[in-house]
Amino acid sequence: MSETVRKRGSTGYFLLIPGVLWLALFFVVPLYSLVATSLFDPSGSDLNGYEMTYHWANYWDALQSYWQPLVRSLAYGALATLFCLLLGYVLAYAIAFKAGRWKNLMLVLVIAPFFTSFLVRTLSWKLLLADDGFIVNTLQFVHILGSDGRLLATPVAVIAGLTYNFLPFMVLPLYASIDKIDGRLIEASSDLYANPFVGFFKVTWPLSLPGVVSGTLLTFIPAVGDYINAQLLGSPNQRMIGSVIQSLFTDANDYPAAAALSVILMVLIVGMVLFYVRRAGTEDLL
Amino acid sequence: MSQVVEQEPTATDSEGYDGLRLRQVTKSFGSFHAVSSLDLDVPRGSFIALLGPSGCGKTTTLRMVAGLETPTSGSITLAGQDITYAKPYQRPVNTVFQSYALFPHLDIFENVAFGLRRRKRKDVDTAVREMLDLVELDSQARKKPAQLSGGQQQRVALARALINKPEVLLLDEPLGALDLKLRRSMQLEIKRIQTEVGLTFVHVTHDQEEAMTMADTVAVMNAGVIEQMGAPADLYENPQSTFVANFLGQSNLIEGTIQSRAADVVTVDMHGIGVSIPTERCHADGDKGWVGIRPEKVLIGEPGEALDAPGNTIPGGVVTDVSFVGVSTQYLVRMPWGQELGVFEQNTGRRRMFATGEQVELSWRPEYAFLLDFSQDASAGAQKADAE
Repeated sequence: MSETVRKRGSTGYFLLIPGVLWLALFFVVPLYSLVATSLFDPSGSDLNGYEMTYHWANYWDALQSYWQPLVRSLAYGALATLFCLLLGYVLAYAIAFKAGRWKNLMLVLVIAPFFTSFLVRTLSWKLLLADDGFIVNTLQFVHILGSDGRLLATPVAVIAGLTYNFLPFMVLPLYASIDKIDGRLIEASSDLYANPFVGFFKVTWPLSLPGVVSGTLLTFIPAVGDYINAQLLGSPNQRMIGSVIQSLFTDANDYPAAAALSVILMVLIVGMVLFYVRRAGTEDLL
Repeated sequence: MSQVVEQEPTATDSEGYDGLRLRQVTKSFGSFHAVSSLDLDVPRGSFIALLGPSGCGKTTTLRMVAGLETPTSGSITLAGQDITYAKPYQRPVNTVFQSYALFPHLDIFENVAFGLRRRKRKDVDTAVREMLDLVELDSQARKKPAQLSGGQQQRVALARALINKPEVLLLDEPLGALDLKLRRSMQLEIKRIQTEVGLTFVHVTHDQEEAMTMADTVAVMNAGVIEQMGAPADLYENPQSTFVANFLGQSNLIEGTIQSRAADVVTVDMHGIGVSIPTERCHADGDKGWVGIRPEKVLIGEPGEALDAPGNTIPGGVVTDVSFVGVSTQYLVRMPWGQELGVFEQNTGRRRMFATGEQVELSWRPEYAFLLDFSQDASAGAQKADAE
């Protein structure tokens, strides 16, 4: 008896080994290396090597120089998440409750963009929003845009690109959550004097919250760190923190600053996510 | 309360009527008629059960009253108001759903308070406390539905609907998910609450015992129409169709030729044996009919044994099956014309049990027999055990 229990206990630990090794190699080691790099002396270079001097000022310097793209990233990420939520909720609701036999086809269509590369899809937005493209011309025609107005190289283009690229990450968890809602609960709310509007906010919305929370996290986190959209659809004025880190790392070869910024971004996002999940009252998601 | 259910409903306007009234209500899904030209009057304060097998249209009828389905044609009025096309949230009707449909994200208190809050009632707190007290769940107020047992959830569902004091409370197979013992006690509980609050209850069920225990009027539905409606005892003792005779309890139905129709008695030739049936229990046109008799009304005795059944004695039976079930013994007796009849004899201890193969004589009092139309299927509504 005790023999089998012990056996089963140790089997569990053996099964953990591959996962633990994987995480140690590809998560713990890089994380350590990142934090260490962020404390190197900035006077070094990748040719001459860096010296570990616990140079905490790296963080302060990075914040002072790049607080604007940092705040911009958080704002763009938040806006894109909001638009994804609005669009995605309607879409997920329609697929879950109204699509009937078209349900699976519509889900495939939601995922279909993934069959093309992220980069190609973002580049095609460049064509869509081009200065004498159809969209800009139409908006100019109805005087939403001035005659020399443009969409490319504006925050609108970057946020639109982010919204487009991350929409499936919002739709899928929302769909999973809304699809699970028992239609009879909505009937019950209507039987208990809730009109469709009130019924939505008292029953459907709270029951879909797990999907809302995971959808917003899956959208917000990558959107804040994204730099492709800002680089392809924006101008230097729309620079996001991702592109700053990338250019510090690859162009300026300023590894400590790039690492410090990365750590700042990571800590900010983890802090915001924890706060958000607490507020949404769905700790059991994590 | 003065309206009697069996009264032929007047097809004219429903304005003076204070109960629930359905007139010529039809619901079609494509070419399938779930409910066909249904007429139903439910007097205020009564407890009516719609009883029938699955697919008979009882739940569709209920959903039309709740506003969750729109009738294809016909009208529904409640206390003189036409509610045929009113939205569910606009009509003074509440439902206890089959699966309870409790809101999983709200605690018991908020589930029960839901209807009051939507209508911005004052004193929600007191009302909810009182209602939870009535269903004996006051100690569970802050639990979530998933933390309660099936029986408790059922009571929450009842409380959540009752607290709104609806004109009509609809119960859609509310006890279906409970085990037998709990179901029996909840039946009595719901009956008690109905008497206490005095609201109109419409109960949908496929369980004939449940319908008869709880309701003061039972409407037996089959294939989208009401076959017969009346007090449980009337339906059981004097069924008017083979479906009702078989669906409500069991019946022996024996082919017979009508010999004469007098003012108070009809005589029928049943495979050469003359039996008489009171005229008011005769529901057959034409010259043939099904003679119906409940198994527990049939007396079994040795050939020539004088039993308390003047009038109808059928000799020549052979016992083919005996099952002793404690309170009674159930016999199958093969008659000379080949048909097997069921006989229930109560275990009074005063009579001996018959064995398989014994020659017996069956008899019954004429006032217990009934005569049904020969055009109906003798097996309609039988085998309800499968539907369970």
